Amino acid sequence: MDRTQSCVKLSVKPSRGLMDEKFVVLVQNVPPGFQLTIHALHKCEEGHSWEAFAHYTANTTGTVNVSEDPSLGGTYSGVEQMGLLWSLRPVPGSKPGLRMRKVDIQTPMEVTISVYQGHQTEGFMDQVQLAGAVVERWYMAPGVRRVPITEGGLTATLFLPSGPGPFPGLLDLWGGEGKLVESRAALLASHGFASLALDYLTPKITIETGKIVDNSYFETAYRVLEQHPKVVGSRIAMMGLSLGTSMTLKMAVYSQVMKLRCAVCISGTHVQPIDGSLEEMLNFCRENAGKIRVNENQTIFRDLLLPIPTDPALKVDVGRLQCPLLLVVGDDDENWPAQESAVDMKDMMEQAGNSHLLTVLLYPKAGHLIEPPYSPHARASTFVPANSHQELVALWGGETVAHSRAQEDAWRKTLVFLREHLYGCTMTVEH
Amino acid sequence: MISRQLSTMSGTVPPIVSVVPSRALVDEKIKVLVENLPPGSPVTLHSLHHSEDRDYWEAYGHYVSDHRGTVSVAKDLSFGGTYTGKEAMGLLWSMRPVPGSRKGLRLRKRDVCSPMLVNISVHSGHIAEGFRQQPPLASALIERWYMAPGVQRISIKETGVRGTLFIPPGPGPFPGLLDLWGDGGGLLEYRSSLIASHGFASLALDYSSSDDQYPLFSSIEAAFSILKDHPQVIPERVGIYGLSLGSILTIFFTAESAVIKPFCCVCISGSHIYPSGKSRKGMNHLLLTKLNKVRLDENNHHIWRDVGRAIFHTPSNQVDVGKVNCPMLLVNGLDDQNWPTVESAEDMAEKMNAVGKGHLLTRLEYPDTGHLIEPPFSPHFRATNFIVEATKEKVIMLWGGQTKPHSDAQEDSWRKILAFLQHHLYSSLTPKVKL
Repeated sequence: MDRTQSCVKLSVKPSRGLMDEKFVVLVQNVPPGFQLTIHALHKCEEGHSWEAFAHYTANTTGTVNVSEDPSLGGTYSGVEQMGLLWSLRPVPGSKPGLRMRKVDIQTPMEVTISVYQGHQTEGFMDQVQLAGAVVERWYMAPGVRRVPITEGGLTATLFLPSGPGPFPGLLDLWGGEGKLVESRAALLASHGFASLALDYLTPKITIETGKIVDNSYFETAYRVLEQHPKVVGSRIAMMGLSLGTSMTLKMAVYSQVMKLRCAVCISGTHVQPIDGSLEEMLNFCRENAGKIRVNENQTIFRDLLLPIPTDPALKVDVGRLQCPLLLVVGDDDENWPAQESAVDMKDMMEQAGNSHLLTVLLYPKAGHLIEPPYSPHARASTFVPANSHQELVALWGGETVAHSRAQEDAWRKTLVFLREHLYGCTMTVEH
Repeated sequence: MISRQLSTMSGTVPPIVSVVPSRALVDEKIKVLVENLPPGSPVTLHSLHHSEDRDYWEAYGHYVSDHRGTVSVAKDLSFGGTYTGKEAMGLLWSMRPVPGSRKGLRLRKRDVCSPMLVNISVHSGHIAEGFRQQPPLASALIERWYMAPGVQRISIKETGVRGTLFIPPGPGPFPGLLDLWGDGGGLLEYRSSLIASHGFASLALDYSSSDDQYPLFSSIEAAFSILKDHPQVIPERVGIYGLSLGSILTIFFTAESAVIKPFCCVCISGSHIYPSGKSRKGMNHLLLTKLNKVRLDENNHHIWRDVGRAIFHTPSNQVDVGKVNCPMLLVNGLDDQNWPTVESAEDMAEKMNAVGKGHLLTRLEYPDTGHLIEPPFSPHFRATNFIVEATKEKVIMLWGGQTKPHSDAQEDSWRKILAFLQHHLYSSLTPKVKL
């Protein structure tokens, strides 16, 4: 029997890494000038298959190094060390509107990397690979502890870094879809921050009583962190994405209980009724629902909060902010008027004389969902706002390459920002 | 309670220990970084491992932080501890049992599907003991794996053969390696799983059982055939990889066997001794006749080198290495106290040169290196507990080597072994792919 032989060597290092770590994909032992396709395949928790691929030509030593050589085409082009991850997209024939998210962050994301002969664009499953490797991408570094928190009526998960501690703390809020999203908090704990992922839209207490939580829920979460034996109570930060930003800004400026060391607000706005809490914000959005546009079946929410009000009762008075604030914004955010808000916040702070606390990172052609790096970009996806049953397709915005760059850059800058304000030291560039 | 109050009062945060990569294969290097220390402070970096046998192993180095309060193990120098100088991997290769441990311990991982966990911590001051009594300033946990993701582990239990086959990820087929590890310890998989993580289908064979259950020699021939015939293995590219007794068997089979025709061989700490009687019983008998040559060192540790010499100097006990027809890499330590491996290698070279086959042999000989040349960054064992198969006696066997040069030899030889295997088992394949 004539068995096809392959001497092609494929290596991915590290084969087990954190979600935000880079890897080097190396193909060796092919003939010089050989045309090949490197393919990545991932089956997500929901059972959908995602793939990315790129076309390369081997050099004179019969090698392709993804971190040094340009892709000539595929789901990404040019020199893109991590392109095989951030350009992942659902395979042809998949259900539309998918977004990749991992719910169980205690197990790694597994990706199969393969090499195929020639410059292929489809039909990978029917072809014979020349070589294959499996890569694990972890949310939790070894030694990070995951602690479910229910005290004080909270629905939350605390992630503690490895080691005796105590550690600076961080309150982590996600956006309008609700549920308890743990991925970012797990990663932050892997970087030395005791992080509490908080479900504030669909916590047990809201599901059971129908009551929306108010400011005291967030203050309880802060207290839980502050009093935890492994947390340095005087060094707590807050981070929010989208609707999470609204709550972060409200608490940062108005809470008597929360003394935040610094805050990070991603794709958010300061526009909200300053009286009251979450419920008032949700009502405000409902009242303005007529401004929501639908274009080709995609829902654009951003006009809901535009124009930026001049009425001070409708926006958080960031002129009163007393801690450093990092704003991460995409200029192609179709979901929330983050850029307009950032401009207005800067104005307010300049007038109040505390603009030295503000850093704005504005990313060209980045959309709304600016998440930790190397996760695939979704320009639009199905979205079920919390506590509603209406499924729609939300337009988030962003162009894949620019958005992925923004994710990588923003994450690094966020870690540096947190390190500086929570640990009081600058990060060594070594890693 | 008190320390927590102090820290919240002053709001001080601890230093940060980070290790990259935090999950790695055992032969991959790590970078250990400590930040947020006071500038210019003396600190001790400590590693701790709790083995499967429930012993504690540790290493430590004395450092001084720079003006930014940073210590980089990859760049800075250690001024004391279990290693000194610029040693990025010192916290791993210089590990030894903690004071008060049982004597003669050896560290070998049995379960290769789970990682070896090592705790890296930083302590105030330059200390040499009491690490577990004093809590560290900070620590990080790392995982060291003997198996890459996607490697398949297949138990082999056929007539006369007991072992484990590791297949690399990917479509295959792959070059194969028969892994003949040393004597004692039963079925040890760690080297095979590591080699499979580098792209070779590797079969680890248990040949420690007696002849009655699994006749040794036919077991090895059967194992070689199983490998060759496996659908995921390229039959024309199967080699053998031996250590100690495994190397002796490798050389014998390569020269004499009609069944075993390896494409290339790696022999660590072996010699070209003819395994008398071609059986376990025969070998044991041969050893017993020279037992009077065992010497004891000042600690009553067994030195078997002269036993080996006595056997080897009898011409009828030598394998005719002129019959070897494949490339062979010999890796030996010049301070091997267990077997006269370097003398053997010299004799082999002479005999093979005489018949024009000298070009097949590559000899790597390392100064101050002992008998147990293992994968890199594993701790060095100068003497460990051993049960002599022939006499059933429990002794402490002197293997030799000084820790630092021996560790260097492990690191250097591993890279050269992989390059040798890559060259012979991979590069020599004509690609079936068309341009």
